[in-house]
Amino acid sequence: MKSLNCDVLVIGSGPAGLAAAASARETGAESVLVLERNRELGGILPQCIHTGFGVRVFGSDLTGPEYAQRWVERAANAGVELVTGTMVLEIKPKLSVLATSPRGGLLELHAEAIVLAMGCRERPRGALAIPGSRPAGVYTAGTAQRLVNIEGYLPGENVVILGSGDIGMIMARRMTLEGAHVAAMLEIQPYVSGLRRNLVQCVRDYDIPLYTETTVVEVRGQDRVQEIVAARVDAAWQPVAGSEWTIPCDTLLLSVGLIPENELSRQVGIELDRRTSGPLVDQHYQTSIPGIFAAGNVVHVYDLVDDVSEAAVEAGRAAANWAAGELLTPDGYLQVEAGANVHHVVPQRVGHRSDGAPAKLACRVQRPIEQTARIAVRDGNQVLAQRRLRYARPSEMLDIEVPARQLDEARGSARLIVDVTCPERGQ
Amino acid sequence: MEERDLICVTCPVGCNLTAVLEGDELIEVRGGGCRRGEAFAREEVTDPRRMLATTVRVAGGDGPLVPVRSAEPLPKALLLPAAGLLRRVVLKAPVPLHQVVVPDLLGSGIDIITSRAMPAAQGPRD
Amino acid sequence: MIPTYDIVVIGAGVVGCLVARALSRYQLKVLLIEKHADVGEGTTKANTAIMHAGYDAAPGTLKASLNVAGNAMYDQVCGELDVDLSRCGTHVVGLRAADLNTLEDLYERGRRNGVPGLELIDGDEMRRREPAVTPECVGALYASTGGIVDPFQLCYAAAENAITNGVRLWLETEALGFEREGSLVRGVRTSRGMVAARWVVIAAGLWADELMAQLGEHDLAITPRRGQYLLLDKRAGEMVRGVLFPCPTPISKGIVVTRTIHGNLMLGPNAEHVTDKRELATTAEGLCEVMSGAQSLVPALDPRDVIRTFAGLRASGNTGDFVIERLPAAQNVVALGGIESPGLTAAPAMAERVVDLLREAGLALQERRDCQSIRHSIPRFAELTNEQRQALIERDPRYGNVVCRCEMVTEGEIVAACHAPVPARTYDALKRRTRVGSGRCQGGFDTPLVLEIMSRELGVPPTELTKKGDGSRMVARRTKDVPA
Repeated sequence: MKSLNCDVLVIGSGPAGLAAAASARETGAESVLVLERNRELGGILPQCIHTGFGVRVFGSDLTGPEYAQRWVERAANAGVELVTGTMVLEIKPKLSVLATSPRGGLLELHAEAIVLAMGCRERPRGALAIPGSRPAGVYTAGTAQRLVNIEGYLPGENVVILGSGDIGMIMARRMTLEGAHVAAMLEIQPYVSGLRRNLVQCVRDYDIPLYTETTVVEVRGQDRVQEIVAARVDAAWQPVAGSEWTIPCDTLLLSVGLIPENELSRQVGIELDRRTSGPLVDQHYQTSIPGIFAAGNVVHVYDLVDDVSEAAVEAGRAAANWAAGELLTPDGYLQVEAGANVHHVVPQRVGHRSDGAPAKLACRVQRPIEQTARIAVRDGNQVLAQRRLRYARPSEMLDIEVPARQLDEARGSARLIVDVTCPERGQ
Repeated sequence: MEERDLICVTCPVGCNLTAVLEGDELIEVRGGGCRRGEAFAREEVTDPRRMLATTVRVAGGDGPLVPVRSAEPLPKALLLPAAGLLRRVVLKAPVPLHQVVVPDLLGSGIDIITSRAMPAAQGPRD
Repeated sequence: MIPTYDIVVIGAGVVGCLVARALSRYQLKVLLIEKHADVGEGTTKANTAIMHAGYDAAPGTLKASLNVAGNAMYDQVCGELDVDLSRCGTHVVGLRAADLNTLEDLYERGRRNGVPGLELIDGDEMRRREPAVTPECVGALYASTGGIVDPFQLCYAAAENAITNGVRLWLETEALGFEREGSLVRGVRTSRGMVAARWVVIAAGLWADELMAQLGEHDLAITPRRGQYLLLDKRAGEMVRGVLFPCPTPISKGIVVTRTIHGNLMLGPNAEHVTDKRELATTAEGLCEVMSGAQSLVPALDPRDVIRTFAGLRASGNTGDFVIERLPAAQNVVALGGIESPGLTAAPAMAERVVDLLREAGLALQERRDCQSIRHSIPRFAELTNEQRQALIERDPRYGNVVCRCEMVTEGEIVAACHAPVPARTYDALKRRTRVGSGRCQGGFDTPLVLEIMSRELGVPPTELTKKGDGSRMVARRTKDVPA
């Protein structure tokens, strides 16, 4: 079995993997290697042919492939080795990795630092236990996106989309542009779960009927989907009896959640956060196993790729420093917790930083606030940082910086709590 | 007098705007959080524009399709006709990045360009 | 010239395939016909996948004797056919004082049926063996001969072995009726035309009664009884080591919590009468019933671990026992009917019984000298050592290309399944053979890749590939083609 050594090994060549790898090399790591399971680089980006990428990082509104190309060039120019068609099978103790590819077979890699950038998978029909028959024509929106844009096959002609996440809305537009009919989009919550610009540009622009507080209660069709049964739901997401109606269709696309893909992390014993399904990380994106870092959707699901790249740059920098023996292990951590109306916070712990840089915390709210809101980080009752928000939505990640000085002062106590409140509502 | 509800897409805030029209003339924009909202509403009620992103076929390429996009936002009414037109285009590999696929699409003055390069087929993979 | 066979076996479920395999030992021209697009598409692919010990059935019945006999044959059959089997033992869990009496009754019944290795244990011992079992457990019946298997794998392996030994298999071929001459059947009328046959075996599962009725009055009426299932992530599979039954009711063994041979956890089935023999839909109420029934045995079960739900139909007969006999009005026809639980366990013994019945009826059985009883499955990359994997990849690089990440299935396995003796021609057929798409992402990652590979190997455009035959096309058209 072939064996290779490198300083920093990056698993995945999506926006996180590419940025982490480029950053690791630019920080000074001697050898940086990226492993990608697909035939081509870019992770999920090659199939994301729409614009919306890179507005902050490159000052341009790019498509996914163009965004990927910029980072591939940056990584290649920095001297990163980029390897495709290679699947990591296992992360073994002491930072060694087992991978396989058709060329050359099994490969054992030994690294000084590893960056996990495996992204996420989609929640399938089975996980929702949608009752009914099990015909052909039920796909998750991302799988449909790949079929339409890469292999070049349209999953169906007459589509119902369950879930108003960004991927679902993007596919509503995509299917329409390719001549399919999108009969309806159903969303179980009272509000759309993706970005408002997608609501305009993907749903309203094409007069696609959108039903909120609605879900699919049955799939019908012996061989291929023939219709779905939709129903209103109450506040507890339970179908309201008598509210059912059928929508004829031949395809059901699901956009009902992304789950960070952490099988490798689990197998090697990395501690995961139940709320995110991703690793517990610190502000360097180091996991509970020293030398293993994680960045991007594998940590928690992002909405803007620019934020992914930013976080990954830090992870790559830290991984390179670790490989060089220059990343100091903190002598103590502050646990970071989700407070009022916050679903989760990343990083989940923050160590003392010797370089005086602030700690940047990212979070998502549980319930939307469509008016002035406030995000605050407190230690006990003392507020260490806060800022005003125009609004707070579950579909848009929020961030807040805690200055290093404040972190130092908080070292006595054990935890930081992030709250998002609406002062006008007395919350 | 007509009132039209819009969501501004200039930035992620997505302010709810109300455009007040007298006949064809925009006389007021309510609800915006910044000045760009008014410019957006003006364009949206007179000449709404959108970026188009789709794919076109490639012959002899590493893959069967190459993604393309409009170089700038197109008049909204041209999106579906453009998609139909582009469905009939076949490019010959190799195709470079940002190659003009259709210049001056449907008289808009805006080109459709590729958003990635597509090399010629490598032969059987692996 | 119409095709002529010594024996036509109708139905390629686990019973029909084992029958065909048993017959393939002899110098006979055997045809196995199946109306679906794959073997095992009926009850075989959707049941609880348990090899029962044999204490359930009433003593003196075929259910009892064939269960016990079949169970004893499983190691050899699975060994010869390279099919996974785990004789992990099963437990019937008692939750209240009255259940203790039931457990004793089952124990007694088992003894009378000749079931070895039965043991009554108390609640503490049950929880020691399975820590996730409810604190309400007061005792259990342990059957050491019980176990778990993949019923499709067994069916498919038997079919492959039968074909290797000369049996012909016609899929998508429905038996419509018979051509008779007096009290003998001369041929089977199928959806592909007439086939002449000297003997016929009816192993048609849910439809056995309809075929039997065409050959004279018979008491047997089959009612489809639907059972719904929840399949849980392999992570949840670690919660339970073996098989947990509740105390049985008169109509059903109850909602089971079982580890599967692949390492998942499976919950189910409930039991509902349905009228349509194709009524395989799951329902919100049924799935709820299964989850709560399962939670009464294992309270920590989490609905968030569910990755898939499905339903199967039991071919429930009304005669109280298996029907396995030569038909009175058709002397050269052996029919199997009402093959519900413990049909899977009994299947190897049923196959032998069918051969016996044919022999008694006058069929001459001369052994083939070149018969191969051993069959090898496609190598499973996920289960090999690194040395074996490397050797495999060097032989065929496609075994180095992992296509299904969740189950670690390679392109090499998919290619092999497309060219096997019973080739996979649909996505579901491929899934059952290789585990592709069976993991936690349920085909989200592999589907586009699999479509390309299948298209290439089967020489068929992806637009013609189906999920399970007939009109179940996977995709509608190429993206740029104008809609039909």
